[in-house]
Amino acid sequence: MPDHEADGHSLIAKYLRQDRLPHIWCPACGIGPALNCFLRAIDKSGLDPDKISVVSGIGCSGRVAGYVKLDSFHTTHGRAIPFATGLKLANPELKVVVFSGDGDLAAIGGNHLIHAARRNIDMTVICINNFNYGMTGGQVGPTAPYDVRTSTTPYGNFEPPFNLPLLLYASGATYIARWTVLHLHQLEGTITEALLKPGFSFVEVISPCPAVYGRMNKEPEGLDSLKSYEKRSIIKNGADPKEVDITQNGPIIVGKFIDVDRPTLHGSLGVVAERARKPTKK
Amino acid sequence: MTENGHLLGEFFINGDVACAEGAISAGCRFFAGYPITPATEIAERMSRRLPAIGGTYIQMEDEIASMNAILGASWAGVKSMTSTSGPGFSLMMENIGLGVMLETPCVVVNIQRAGPSTGLPTLVGQQDIMQARWGSHGSYEIIALSPDSPQHMFDLTVKAFNLSEKYRVPVLMMSDEVVGHMSEKVVIPQISAADLIYRKMPQIGAGAYHPYKADESLVPPMAIAGQGYRFHVTGLTHDERGYPAMTAAAQDKLVTRLIDKIRLHADDIIMYDEYMTDDADIVVCAYGITSRIARYAVKLARQKGIKAGFLQLITLWPFAEKRVRELASQVKTFIVPEINRGQIVYEVERCSCGKARSVSLPHSGGDVHRPETILAAIKECHA
Repeated sequence: MPDHEADGHSLIAKYLRQDRLPHIWCPACGIGPALNCFLRAIDKSGLDPDKISVVSGIGCSGRVAGYVKLDSFHTTHGRAIPFATGLKLANPELKVVVFSGDGDLAAIGGNHLIHAARRNIDMTVICINNFNYGMTGGQVGPTAPYDVRTSTTPYGNFEPPFNLPLLLYASGATYIARWTVLHLHQLEGTITEALLKPGFSFVEVISPCPAVYGRMNKEPEGLDSLKSYEKRSIIKNGADPKEVDITQNGPIIVGKFIDVDRPTLHGSLGVVAERARKPTKK
Repeated sequence: MTENGHLLGEFFINGDVACAEGAISAGCRFFAGYPITPATEIAERMSRRLPAIGGTYIQMEDEIASMNAILGASWAGVKSMTSTSGPGFSLMMENIGLGVMLETPCVVVNIQRAGPSTGLPTLVGQQDIMQARWGSHGSYEIIALSPDSPQHMFDLTVKAFNLSEKYRVPVLMMSDEVVGHMSEKVVIPQISAADLIYRKMPQIGAGAYHPYKADESLVPPMAIAGQGYRFHVTGLTHDERGYPAMTAAAQDKLVTRLIDKIRLHADDIIMYDEYMTDDADIVVCAYGITSRIARYAVKLARQKGIKAGFLQLITLWPFAEKRVRELASQVKTFIVPEINRGQIVYEVERCSCGKARSVSLPHSGGDVHRPETILAAIKECHA
């Protein structure tokens, strides 16, 4: 057995609920490779797995919480981040990771996403961006490029998409990166970094959805999407988030865009607690 | 002030503040909320008090987030609470359901104002009573309490936490604007650990622990995050392991237990108070602020020689079904004043089974009933 394969098997035993396999994801879905990178990153990070909580919302990516052998919470649609916020604030020793999809995090949960970034709470958000609502059959998502076909944009998407790194940057996230599932090595390294970064870190993972989104957009096989990523991806660490919007056929800028430091929510709460404990002057 | 930061002694405070202090005395150390009249004073009090005693206060971006944050905090092992009023309560509904499904102890305070919609933000209502019972989708049972004074706000908030921890269910404090804003003397007693309930924790190792395997109490032990149990919980219908189970059989098994753990313990949960009901022909049934007026009206009726009595519902849900059934075979008429257009009256009517008449005394909100109005209704039923 080659080393990487043995390595994979031990990771599965260590971090996945094998009694829940096989998983529900379609063949060639990008969530699997992204989860693989996440598990390798946990292993590499040196974090105590008993202290890691994974919180997901609803959708295909939301099912990640159900497969990881960690404390894991499958919450309601869009609400993983506020649930995770309570978890983290009530026990700051926990490393809290939100793993969910673009619709869950940026549409129904969009308000929570920007406020969590603004607070700079210690939390890593991994966002699978496959541009559509896969679980419900491929409706248009908040990140779907202009003019793409989905089951609810049969004549082409008539709305512009969110540029997630720019949205997160404007909201105050201190670590922002994007990779496609073609960039497994970089993705693993980025997630490892994000897990260890104090404050709010956001990792966008561009991911194929061959079963629905791909089928409607001339990428019916997972490999079609990967070839497209290979052709269109440009690695540009430190890219200006304003310059990384994704169009239907244009370049996909990937890399680590933002890595800055700002007071974390936990730190600021500590300052406030200290003030509160001081006896008040009469 | 005790060494753990609890107040002790006599205070002249309003109901909202008494509620916050009740929570602190009950061991609540996490509060997430969103400003809304007439509940804001609870959040303000918590923002001042919690940081000083090792707790956390956070103002979330909306009530949906607040509700989820208290669920998350509870899974980290910390007693948690949020407070709101009608519009925010509506926003919390979906995730009160998540709290029911994940069996998460927490307390949700609703200082009710008059609706629908924005309605009368600063004025009283008791209009969310059926929403408390049925507002989240699906079949479930919930616990809801109704305080009538600042003292009651303190006492019942402590009780709410205890019930919530014991039965692993969100407990709703269905107060109202008048009770929230009125100031009265509140006696805060020494509350010791023996007075407080904390959720049952698993006594077995991580490998053997199933998050939803219950004993005869029907309430499963609750692991908390970060202790090595590596458990999974989901809002999907699930089996004892907490794993999704997409069948009608799994659904029936789970929902039956969620309902039975409350219904079969109704006698332990239900609280009510009675006044002059022993020989009563007419019983006025009320709750919250309205009960204070109803009690007075019954007293006036007795002075006029009318055999009136009073039943105060302290627990709204589960409904005091057994007691109302008993009273129904004794009395001729129930009169139900409430600051809505008829909600609890339907429960009274249902439980009377045709043996006693139920008369609704509705009020659209913005004000409370006059004692004379209730007295006139008693006289009319007496005639």
